[in-house]
Amino acid sequence: MATEILMPALSPTMEEGTLAKWLVKEGDTVSSGDILAEIETDKATMEFEAVDEGIMGKILVAEGTEGVKVNTPIAVLVEEGESADDVEVSSTPAEAPAAAEEEAPAPAAASAPAQPKESRALEPDYPEGTEMVSTTVREALRDAMAEEMRRDDTVFVMGEEVAEYQGAYKITQGLLDEFGARRVVDTPITEHGFAGIGVGASWGGLRPIVEFMTFNFAMQAIDHIINSAAKTLYMSGGQMGSPIVFRGPNGAAARVAAQHSQDYAAWYASVPGLRVVQPFSAADAKGLLKSAIRDPNPVVFLENEILYGRSFDVPKMDDFTIPFGKARIWRQGEDVTIVSWGIGMTYALEAADELAKEGIAAEVIDLRTLRPLDIATVVESVKKTNRCVTVEEGWPVASMSDHIGSEIMREAFDYLDAPVLKCTGKDVPMPYAANLEKLALTSTKEVIDAVKAVTYR
Amino acid sequence: MIDGLSLPKDELLEMQRRMLRIRLFDERASKMVKRGYIPGTVHTSIGQEAQVVGACMALAKGDHMTGNHRSHGHPIGMGSPLGPLMAELVGKATGVCKGKGGSLHLADYEVGSLGESGITGSSIPIAVGASLSAQVLGEKRVAITFFGDGTANQGVLYESMNLASAYKLPVIFLCENNFYALSTPSHTVTGGRIVDRASGFGMPGVRVENGQDVIAVYNAVREAADRARRGEGPSLVEVMTYRFREHSEGLRINVDYRNAEEKALWTSRDPIILFRDLLIEKGIATADEMDAIDAEIEQEVEDCATFALESPDPDVSVAFEHLYTDDYKLENVL
Repeated sequence: MATEILMPALSPTMEEGTLAKWLVKEGDTVSSGDILAEIETDKATMEFEAVDEGIMGKILVAEGTEGVKVNTPIAVLVEEGESADDVEVSSTPAEAPAAAEEEAPAPAAASAPAQPKESRALEPDYPEGTEMVSTTVREALRDAMAEEMRRDDTVFVMGEEVAEYQGAYKITQGLLDEFGARRVVDTPITEHGFAGIGVGASWGGLRPIVEFMTFNFAMQAIDHIINSAAKTLYMSGGQMGSPIVFRGPNGAAARVAAQHSQDYAAWYASVPGLRVVQPFSAADAKGLLKSAIRDPNPVVFLENEILYGRSFDVPKMDDFTIPFGKARIWRQGEDVTIVSWGIGMTYALEAADELAKEGIAAEVIDLRTLRPLDIATVVESVKKTNRCVTVEEGWPVASMSDHIGSEIMREAFDYLDAPVLKCTGKDVPMPYAANLEKLALTSTKEVIDAVKAVTYR
Repeated sequence: MIDGLSLPKDELLEMQRRMLRIRLFDERASKMVKRGYIPGTVHTSIGQEAQVVGACMALAKGDHMTGNHRSHGHPIGMGSPLGPLMAELVGKATGVCKGKGGSLHLADYEVGSLGESGITGSSIPIAVGASLSAQVLGEKRVAITFFGDGTANQGVLYESMNLASAYKLPVIFLCENNFYALSTPSHTVTGGRIVDRASGFGMPGVRVENGQDVIAVYNAVREAADRARRGEGPSLVEVMTYRFREHSEGLRINVDYRNAEEKALWTSRDPIILFRDLLIEKGIATADEMDAIDAEIEQEVEDCATFALESPDPDVSVAFEHLYTDDYKLENVL
């Protein structure tokens, strides 16, 4: 019986890849374990092995094809005497078997949330009529660094795998070619060391961008982020500042468990002397990273692995920057204010879409920067809606949500018709099992439930 | 071969001045702790003056330095005036860091002092970063970082030595080996000799056995600095020295961790007396000239204490100043 060979998922977050090369041709006999093809993702090139044995009946996807979705049939394996032409092949990605789905639901974070609608921001960050280009968050971050490195010769990038390998998550793609090894510096696995060296370089006249492969590893370096970078301008009485950007993916990816799935937003946002940025869209990622690189103060720039591959419209401008401390209103509404930032925005926007169908008009605010924090925009909105739900990925205790809630109480207590509710990650280390991981994250449903609670529906 | 004794006379006399400044400044600071003018405690460099001054005088203008928790001596060794340093210890508006840093965070950018850290080992990669900036910007400056034998067991030292060697950076790692990490004898917690660790990173390691001889320290550090400036990379210099006083002022340690014989041996090797005698013996200076220097520095220290005590406290409005480089307003951040 003929067997379809499907495009494999080589990592939990992979959604599509390039079929770089076939290592077998039609008519070849293959055994289990033979290398069939090389698959490229945005992270790596990997070999793809045969599971079953048989004869390569038909190659459905030619080598060099980009953007092949996971689970798309890419070839047909036949038995002796069988013809591939007899096999009916579905051209769309095959659904995972239903039974498996029930036993192990895909992690909520791994499924790409619906594309958010274009901003209905009251004050857009770019002139009306600006041409928009669909760009991934990954490309936007790279473009921001490249533009700033062209503009200022003292800007350089250092971190693990940033140069030759083009970045563990391919954020620094092409930078080594354009700027050379002097300005795109591969470091050893030495977070404490190279974070400190970055800070020292910033005191010596450079503007370093220190990439952490993930912010989980930055815990090794937190002494330098806080004790050296954040405090030195103050401790030295204004003699030396630290114009440095610490950036990298933060928060849960998918199925990488407790030590690799943590949101540091509230940790860093509590530190005076730091600026803390956590963008959602590609446009914000670009405009805010450019601002971060120019900022004379130390900036912690929290990205998200799951958002890297998402596309958004980015304005085509020679120099597009977004100032810190300015929230973005993604949709307007009168019934409730939903406040979020970073990947929490996916739940906030999905919930708002669902709630709209039930006649509840949510105003969705993306804070974009956590320090400085645009609490004025939140308070203004709450005065109109009288209700607020916050959405964040981090833990519930001493969270950003707690701080926002207390600010709303202080500034708009008399306007509140319900307690401010928070949807956060659960108060546990991130579990590994798919169903437990899903439970530990917040979700669109939790946001919808919270909104219904505060609107008494 | 470098011979510090062939330096011009005024530089040799400046060495003695800076050693005396450290000694008398720290003695005064100790008194001011006991009298309550300086809050908390301070860690003095008394006994280690040759190791500090010999190293700092081997550097050039524009070079960078990072210190540690025992670091009043380092900015003094780099040439800082005493008044703003003492005012900082007292927490006055005229302090070198405007009263916001204190004893553990003295920084004087004017003389290349990038500051100190109370987190041991923390300022080591800072100096390496400063040397990276020199390399990238094509400037001929070098950086030096001072750390103790206790800190020599911090992992970040080896991350920093590895990077400095891999990138061939102009930096000097100077281990101030005073034999004790607070009360813990170095040899009980340290495997092998610290200086030997240099070879593992492919850099020269030099041990100055007599770290009470300011010229011996100068020679070793000058050689490392020249090498760094030629673009030949980093060096490790281990200087054997001794602190004459307790780990920190006012600290009472009930364990007799340093025996009297050992203390007597080292205090007989007072770097200031040794250098005074050497300069006179070599005919470089007369006893009268050296006496005059003693009197001059005593007056400087007297003046710096007066300056510190008579200076105003910082205005409370500056509490939120210098948190960010732009004008800081509480409502802009929270």
